[in-house]
Amino acid sequence: MRHIISILIENEAGALSRVAGLFSARGYNIESLTVAPTEDPSLSRMTILTWGSDEVLEQINKQLNKLVDVVKVVDLSEAAHVERELMLIKVRATGKDREEMKRMADIFRGRIIDVTESTYVIELTGASSKLDSFIAGLDAGLILETVRTGVCGIGRGDRILKV
Amino acid sequence: MISGAEIVIRCLQEEKVDCVFGYPGGSVLHIYDALFKQDEVKHVLVRHEQAAVHAADAYSRSSQKVGVALVTSGPGVTNTVTGIATAYMDSIPMVVLCGQVPTQYIGQDAFQECDTVGITRPCVKHNFLVKDVKDLAITIKKAFHIAATGRPGPVVVDIPKDITAQMCDFDYPKTIQMRSYNPVVKGHLGQIKKAVQVLQEAKRPIIYTGGGVILSDAADKLTQLARKLDFPVTNTLMGLGGYPATDRQFVGMLGMHGTFEANNAMHYADVILAVGARFDDRVIGNPEHFSGEKRRVIHIDIDPSSISKRVKVDVPIVGNVADVLDEMLKLLDGGFKADPEVSDWWKQIDAWRGRNSLAYRQSNHIMPQYVVEKLYEVTGGDAFITSDVGQHQMFAAQYYKFDKPRRWINSGGLGTMGVGLPYGMGVLMANPNAQVACVTGEGSIQMCIQEMSTCKQYGLPVKIINLNNGMLGMVRQWQEMFYSKRYSQSYVTSLPDFVKLAEAYGHVGMRIEKPEDVEPALRKAFTEHKDDLVFMDFIIDPGANVFPMVAAGKGLTEMILAEDL
Ligand SMILES: Cc1cc2nc3c(=O)[nH]c(=O)nc-3n(C[C@H](O)[C@H](O)[C@H](O)COP(=O)(O)OP(=O)(O)OC[C@H]3O[C@@H](n4cnc5c(N)ncnc54)[C@H](O)[C@@H]3O)c2cc1C
Ligand SMILES: Cc1ncc(C[n+]2csc(CCOP(=O)(O)OP(=O)(O)O)c2C)c(N)n1
Ligand SMILES: [Mg+2]
Repeated sequence: MRHIISILIENEAGALSRVAGLFSARGYNIESLTVAPTEDPSLSRMTILTWGSDEVLEQINKQLNKLVDVVKVVDLSEAAHVERELMLIKVRATGKDREEMKRMADIFRGRIIDVTESTYVIELTGASSKLDSFIAGLDAGLILETVRTGVCGIGRGDRILKV
Repeated sequence: MISGAEIVIRCLQEEKVDCVFGYPGGSVLHIYDALFKQDEVKHVLVRHEQAAVHAADAYSRSSQKVGVALVTSGPGVTNTVTGIATAYMDSIPMVVLCGQVPTQYIGQDAFQECDTVGITRPCVKHNFLVKDVKDLAITIKKAFHIAATGRPGPVVVDIPKDITAQMCDFDYPKTIQMRSYNPVVKGHLGQIKKAVQVLQEAKRPIIYTGGGVILSDAADKLTQLARKLDFPVTNTLMGLGGYPATDRQFVGMLGMHGTFEANNAMHYADVILAVGARFDDRVIGNPEHFSGEKRRVIHIDIDPSSISKRVKVDVPIVGNVADVLDEMLKLLDGGFKADPEVSDWWKQIDAWRGRNSLAYRQSNHIMPQYVVEKLYEVTGGDAFITSDVGQHQMFAAQYYKFDKPRRWINSGGLGTMGVGLPYGMGVLMANPNAQVACVTGEGSIQMCIQEMSTCKQYGLPVKIINLNNGMLGMVRQWQEMFYSKRYSQSYVTSLPDFVKLAEAYGHVGMRIEKPEDVEPALRKAFTEHKDDLVFMDFIIDPGANVFPMVAAGKGLTEMILAEDL
């Protein structure tokens, strides 16, 4: 099953490689990983999208907690949460495609943030599946470049991950 | 203000480190200079950095203290990796101080630079690169704290050379708080109560204990508990000495080379009380076969990730063994009444014992088992026994009956050939007047044989019991049994004359070829040559194999016994 693991970790050099190294050494899957400092610059918040059996997820959780730099770990997908991913996608926008691209961006509530005579860069946020459908909805030949941040997520309501 | 190098030494003094194992080089010259100017911290100059780490590891295993190694950057560090990984797999507390190129050169492929933090990361509990002299003392404090608490393990501190030259005030914190590191000590009382309830209901119980009992210094408490329950006890290879091996309740080591009674009792138990043991693959055999029996498992371990990792646990108790056993003993103070069926279980166990699975045939040659039995007699069962890896290691584990913890010093998890002699050095530095024997093979001993020179320099009288079968015996045993006797590269030709070699290093050498000479030679070594390193080259039966044996992929009860052949 798909899980979103949120980690509060000391903002130290090498902390990221400890987490990444743990996943590769133990053969756990990483679909995406995002990391950035929090409002407290001594802490980073990391979000990992992974999948595996219940036993594997239990081990991932325990092994992450064992890392000395890790302060807290939660599996966001265990309860109500929201998740978002940001995508920047550069598409060919010429002739009749130019209008079509604009329409698609509007339907998906994307924003065009860079324009040239022949290209658009569209910014799109949402659940990963929404970004997937956007890509699927385009003519593949028109996509020049995509870049996605990977998922980040946060618990709903009183579910707060803080030290 | 003092220099960073002096800070390093002051930290060691504050930690009451009396001995460091190491090897100098460019990046640690300032530290070696500071070491020279004091005499609280002794230094043992090894002949290879791998041995420094093994010795520090054994210093720790054989005492309750944290072992310390000190090495230079680059090749000094890469030479330590096997030693660090060995300690990591067996959860041994240790601090390894490494020199690094000056801060401004890091990342420039400088002379003797390597990414120490990157190379060691997967085999340390934690590691640090010190970037500011102001952080040096607190980092070393953290290193000792992390190494020794929770599930212990090695910690590496990488110290750039410029930092050891910079001046700074020295202030060693007495205690340390880390928001990201707070290992659990006390077990959950509700869980402990549940465990006691399950023990009351057990009809076919077994107490299965491992390295965690030794690491937690909880052998006495375990013994009290086991006596109170009157349940059978088995130890892993790492747990030997955690319960007296000569006691009636002890059924021997379990696992791949465990006794018939231990493996059957483990497999058919309806309740397993696992204490500081991690259900290793060498212990439970084929996991599907093992999970074929219905049973309840209580598991005490300080590391939650050891629990339900390989075997589903019904009553998990996260905590320090000593603390949890204390609570259990308190709960049992009211009196414990075992299920009456436990006496039938004991009858069954005694029947299994009757198979006498450690019996072996004598031959015209010296049998390795016999050497260990005699070693046990001659040392009064009270020696520290280090070992290398191979058949000799299993013979030592099976035939030397350890009644005390921290007497059996070996590499279980990584299975590192070459540890035996440096382990002997570490034990002697921590226990200066102890009897120390290193049970080894002609293959393993050659992996760190240069340390005979260190033993000469520091007067470390290890008795090397070389069970010389002229073979990489453990490899040969597998090839004999599973590769139709195709002995690919397991025959060791061109062995040195070990007697002459020992003499060349300034030690005593003996070659023993006849069974009747075994005991007199051992007596001589441990009396007349008490203060000498004696290399005892026992020419043993090259065909001797280790039994019982659970072959790879087989179930724990599907043992091959010596009598089957
Ligand atoms: C050639 C060879 C053959 C082998 N054959 C066998 C065999 O037949 N039988 C066998 O048993 N092994 C055998 N081994 C060893 C095996 O590979 C493992 O090293 C060993 O079984 C692990 O022992 P353990 O479960 O006690 O765990 P250890 O590695 O000692 O781990 C200790 C456990 O205790 C926990 N712990 C540590 N400190 C504490 C504390 N203070 N409080 C609570 N918990 C704590 C740790 O978290 C860990 O889970 C063999 C090795 C070799 C090289
Ligand atoms: C460093 C290392 N290399 C290889 C092995 C694989 N190995 C395990 S036992 C063994 C043979 C050991 O031979 P010896 O020391 O003579 O002991 P014996 O089995 O003959 O008693 C080997 C090669 C190992 N455990 N460690
Ligand atoms: Mg051999």
